[in-house]
Amino acid sequence: MSGHDSKYFSTTKKGEIPELKEELNSPYKDKRKDAVKKVIAAMTVGKDVSSLFTDVVNCMQTENLELKKLVYLYLINYAKSQPDLAILAVNTFVKDSQDPNPLIRALAVRTMGCIRVDKITEYLCDPLQRCLKDDDPYVRKTAAICVAKLYDINAELVEDRGFLESLKDLISDNNPMVVANAVAALAEIQESSSRPIFEITSHTLSKLLTALNECTEWGQVFILDALSRYKAADAREAENIVERVTPRLQHANCAVVLSAVKMILQQMELITSTDVVRNLCKKMAPPLVTLLSAEPEIQYVALRNINLIVQRRPTILAHEIKVFFCKYNDPIYVKMEKLEIMIKLASDRNIDQVLLEFKEYATEVDVDFVRKAVRAIGRYESIIATLCESLDTLDEPEAKASMIWIIGEYAERIDNADELLESFLESFPEEPPQVQLQLLTATVKLFLKKPTEGPQQMIQVVLNNATVETDNPDLRDRAYIYWRLLSTDPEAAKDVVLAEKPVISDDSNQLDPSLLDELLANIATLSSVYHKPPEAFVTRVKTATQRTEDDDYPDGNEAGYSETPSHAAGASPPNSSSSAYGATRQSAPAPAAPAPAAPVPDLLGDLIGLDNNAIVPVDQPATPSGPSLPVVLPASTGQGLQISAQLTGQDGQIFYSLLFENNTQTTLDGFMIQFNKNSFGLAAAGPLQVPPLAPGASARTLLPMVVFQNMSAGPPSSLLQVAVKNNQQPVWYFNDKILLHVFFTEDGRMERTSFLETWRSLPDSNEVLKEFPGIVVSSAEATLDRLAATNMFFIAKRKHANQDVFYFSAKIPRGIPFLIELTTLIGNPGVKCAIKTPNPEMAPLFFEAIETLLNA
Amino acid sequence: MPVAASAIYFLNLRGDVLINRLYRDDVGGNMVDAFRMHIMQTKELGTCPVRQIGGCSFFYMRISNVYIVIVVSSNANVACAFKFVVEAVALFKSYFGGAFDEDAIRNNFVLIYELLDEIMDFGYPQNLSPEILKLYITQEGVRSPFSSKPSDKPVPNATLQVTGAVGWRREGLVYKKNEVFLDIVESVNLLMSSKGSVLRCDVTGKILMKCFLSGMPDLKLGLNDKIGLEKESQLKSRPTKSGKTIELDDVTFHQCVNLTRFNSEKTVSFVPPDGEFELMKYRITEGVNLPFRVLPTIKELGRTRMEVNVKVKSVFGAKMFALGVVIKIPVPKQTAKTSFQVTSGRAKYNASIDCLVWKIRKFPGQTEPTLSAEVELISTMTEKKSWTRPPIQMEFQIVTYLPPSSSQVPMFTASGLRVRFLKVWEKSGYNTVEWVRYITKAGSYEIRC
Repeated sequence: MSGHDSKYFSTTKKGEIPELKEELNSPYKDKRKDAVKKVIAAMTVGKDVSSLFTDVVNCMQTENLELKKLVYLYLINYAKSQPDLAILAVNTFVKDSQDPNPLIRALAVRTMGCIRVDKITEYLCDPLQRCLKDDDPYVRKTAAICVAKLYDINAELVEDRGFLESLKDLISDNNPMVVANAVAALAEIQESSSRPIFEITSHTLSKLLTALNECTEWGQVFILDALSRYKAADAREAENIVERVTPRLQHANCAVVLSAVKMILQQMELITSTDVVRNLCKKMAPPLVTLLSAEPEIQYVALRNINLIVQRRPTILAHEIKVFFCKYNDPIYVKMEKLEIMIKLASDRNIDQVLLEFKEYATEVDVDFVRKAVRAIGRYESIIATLCESLDTLDEPEAKASMIWIIGEYAERIDNADELLESFLESFPEEPPQVQLQLLTATVKLFLKKPTEGPQQMIQVVLNNATVETDNPDLRDRAYIYWRLLSTDPEAAKDVVLAEKPVISDDSNQLDPSLLDELLANIATLSSVYHKPPEAFVTRVKTATQRTEDDDYPDGNEAGYSETPSHAAGASPPNSSSSAYGATRQSAPAPAAPAPAAPVPDLLGDLIGLDNNAIVPVDQPATPSGPSLPVVLPASTGQGLQISAQLTGQDGQIFYSLLFENNTQTTLDGFMIQFNKNSFGLAAAGPLQVPPLAPGASARTLLPMVVFQNMSAGPPSSLLQVAVKNNQQPVWYFNDKILLHVFFTEDGRMERTSFLETWRSLPDSNEVLKEFPGIVVSSAEATLDRLAATNMFFIAKRKHANQDVFYFSAKIPRGIPFLIELTTLIGNPGVKCAIKTPNPEMAPLFFEAIETLLNA
Repeated sequence: MPVAASAIYFLNLRGDVLINRLYRDDVGGNMVDAFRMHIMQTKELGTCPVRQIGGCSFFYMRISNVYIVIVVSSNANVACAFKFVVEAVALFKSYFGGAFDEDAIRNNFVLIYELLDEIMDFGYPQNLSPEILKLYITQEGVRSPFSSKPSDKPVPNATLQVTGAVGWRREGLVYKKNEVFLDIVESVNLLMSSKGSVLRCDVTGKILMKCFLSGMPDLKLGLNDKIGLEKESQLKSRPTKSGKTIELDDVTFHQCVNLTRFNSEKTVSFVPPDGEFELMKYRITEGVNLPFRVLPTIKELGRTRMEVNVKVKSVFGAKMFALGVVIKIPVPKQTAKTSFQVTSGRAKYNASIDCLVWKIRKFPGQTEPTLSAEVELISTMTEKKSWTRPPIQMEFQIVTYLPPSSSQVPMFTASGLRVRFLKVWEKSGYNTVEWVRYITKAGSYEIRC
């Protein structure tokens, strides 16, 4: 049955449009049909054939259904660009909607609903009214969907003309497909309306459950999805519903199965009988497993959903862990999800099996997958011994360092911990710095836990190595601190080195229960795949209108602006900006891989070891007002103390803007702050000024900062580790991000010529490029203003293909210039950023900054 | 919201739009540029089939040399969307006569536009049954039921059939000879450790049917599954005689099977579509008969030499044989030279997949051919990392034909599943000829080494 339509794509380039015009007006039917096909072919490859509008519409009145469909297709595509001409088609539409052929009646109404031109919409009402009551179910099922289309264009019209009532009538239609489409349309209308439109009563429920049996597979999905919103009155009703939905689990269509699972899970919340629940869990497992033999893309969706399901009902798949073992040829996205689920399902009973399996993955080809597998192994103490056997095969410094940390941390549970560490000590001088640091710490921990002769000798070797024979200041400083600690007061050393660590959260942690509830109610949808509530990624027109107001951006000199350079453009009112910040974070395209957990605790050692005069007491009060800041220490972590903070630049001075909120039951006082070494040597320039905080009180302060005080070695990093203490609570540690743009200086403006010269003088190896697929520049002026306000100066602009290319310059202290080229298509997602600078190692930081600025 | 798509694009590997259809107004016509720029032209391609770019989400699948991309901006039903794509491709294939690729799309673009208009409305999937759609959507529109041309065969109730309760079969079919072909196709999935213990093993089976039956027949299929048999003897209140019974972990059915009835009576009853379709799928993990055992020994002798010995044992009936057996034995990338001996079949080194490929066209039961090979490696300083041994992979197929009304033929199924009966009931009372074929083949049959 293969066709030969490709011939329509080859046309003579010269005078194509006039030629087509002529053919469209040919007296011969076949010629006209061929011409329309050529027009559609041209439209398909993206040529603009809108100028042929009148000629194509003239072909609309035809008996030939195929030709009619092609003309309709053309109309759907071009009516919007030619609204005045589109009206020419209305007569034919209205006439077609009364054609004796039900296919044509349906086609007319279906197409009219797709043409979003007001004048056409007006004429749609009468035909739609008729079609909703048509004798033919095919026409009615099409009309039902058309009501949803019309509601999307003009909700008022739908309500005024009583379409909602007609639609509700169709729920009782005798044709299952009409019922299903009516349910889909009503559910959609309900979603965009705040008024109750489609309320599911127990009567509707029962009727729809009966209809399920006769529906097409898709109809079953529409109905199940709509019914999953239904709240059963009691456990008995819930059990009843579940019983009628369970047979759907055997359907070959994965969407039917997932929607049935969604509905069953919802109702299970009400069911109290443990037997019934157990039985249901038993019934749901096999269909879920079967989804894993579908196409990999469907497997991925299923796995993301199973991940949610096992968090709520771990028993469902507790015995099925083997089905999640990775196949060698599974796509990487399937492997990653399977691994996640295995981690969740691991228990005492299957742990040996799981760990053996993970070990197998540690030799896989894909690096990310291997990392995840190894990290997963690290979670289980019982594996440590097995793991240690494979120590010598580790050659990636990061993996090695993590392993060594594990040995130190669990030294008391690893019989041969000393032997293991000793084997590393021989090569100590050759190891990379991160491994050396971990070896040092691990040996100290070992010594504190097992203060016997062996470890004592080891520690001397290590300390000697780390203090005398190394050039690495980090290592040397840390070694000295340990040395001094150990020699003055071993007990104190124990308190410090073996202190209880804050629980490190990682990506595989269980979701928050209320979020989980919401996600489970959204099984099979995008929300369940992203593991985010729908609001986090669904952008609606409403948000777009708000955005325009933010274009009048406050001037850079006003304090209001520079306080929150990255968030001021958020549409939210000032006092909820912290939640807006959270939302932007959540909606970032893909969660970044978590940093390895191991080295965090050592911040403690470093902080305490530093000279104490940097810790500044608090004395003067500050007024709690001004724009809000991202939360860096949530109240849940800070035992009721919440800290929000952000670096800001103001008149060439850098401040750390902080907000303290006391949600504890006691008054907190004596606040002090300390910054760990960082790439820019940021440190407090004066005392932290926070008054004693009564319960429920909050205080805001601007802490002046200095740079190049307290520099850390290694490649530049945006990590700013901060410690805050008060007299009532333990010391709080949190991480903040240094945004490079706060350092941009006012003398960063370059003349065109010097820009060009500098650009040319820098070797190509100094050029770094990064793409930001998710960023949209909607207005060039607003963006330029915003960038200028942060001392990123516009130099020139040119067009390249259909994209705009902008050039900027900026400078950070110590005279490091950045030459920037931004390429984007205004209004479309995707910004390409190329920079040239004498210090290309700063590029990642710069990109972080530019991303924040552009996202603002 | 069960909406599955706002727009659908068919792209070739270069990213050119072959055909597209916008179903809703909430995504811009140029969103596909974003897909091209941020997924196709980056390393991201293939890392995740669901991606968010800007305000839109993209779901994509690659089928031969075509990317099918669905764009949405709402919280769409992803499962529905992917299943829609899978079924749409099956539909197109049935229209084009098998192939679905760039050429097929270009050659049938008018037809595809027409189908896309029919099978989805405002993002909601509609009827995708090829059987029914072919009633009124045809290549040249000549079979259009209401066309005034006298040459057209009118199908007056097409619209009723699309929306009907039996939306997969048209009425008034007539065959001279009423025949049913049943294919029981089982894929054995195995993951075995290097020490020979079974880590994971299951059979995914499907029953494919080809029906050439007149009228509106009611069919009933009986298998030797334990629950079905128990239910049957319970209903008849006498034991049903049967040989070995098996336990099915899970079954899923074509939409023609009455699920409520299956749930209560455990019988598979249905009105079949005309022609070919997949009646059911099942999965079994208990009591799987593994047709082959593979015993590898791979020794790395120093840094430049390896010794590979692989013995493959066939553990099915001696009178039967497997066809097209291929055993892929991985070797390191830096393999320089190989030499081998096989007791059966032929072997060669395939450098593009870093495997020794051992092929045995006809592999009888109860035999155990061996391969012994010597592999020489180029010694390199950079490759000091030990070789990550991928698993040995195996392909095979074991076919048993059962001609009508014969049962004493030696047969092999990995699951042990048998068709006990297939009853056809039609009001005209015709006789039916049934042909059954059992095919067991390798799914992902992997042995770690």
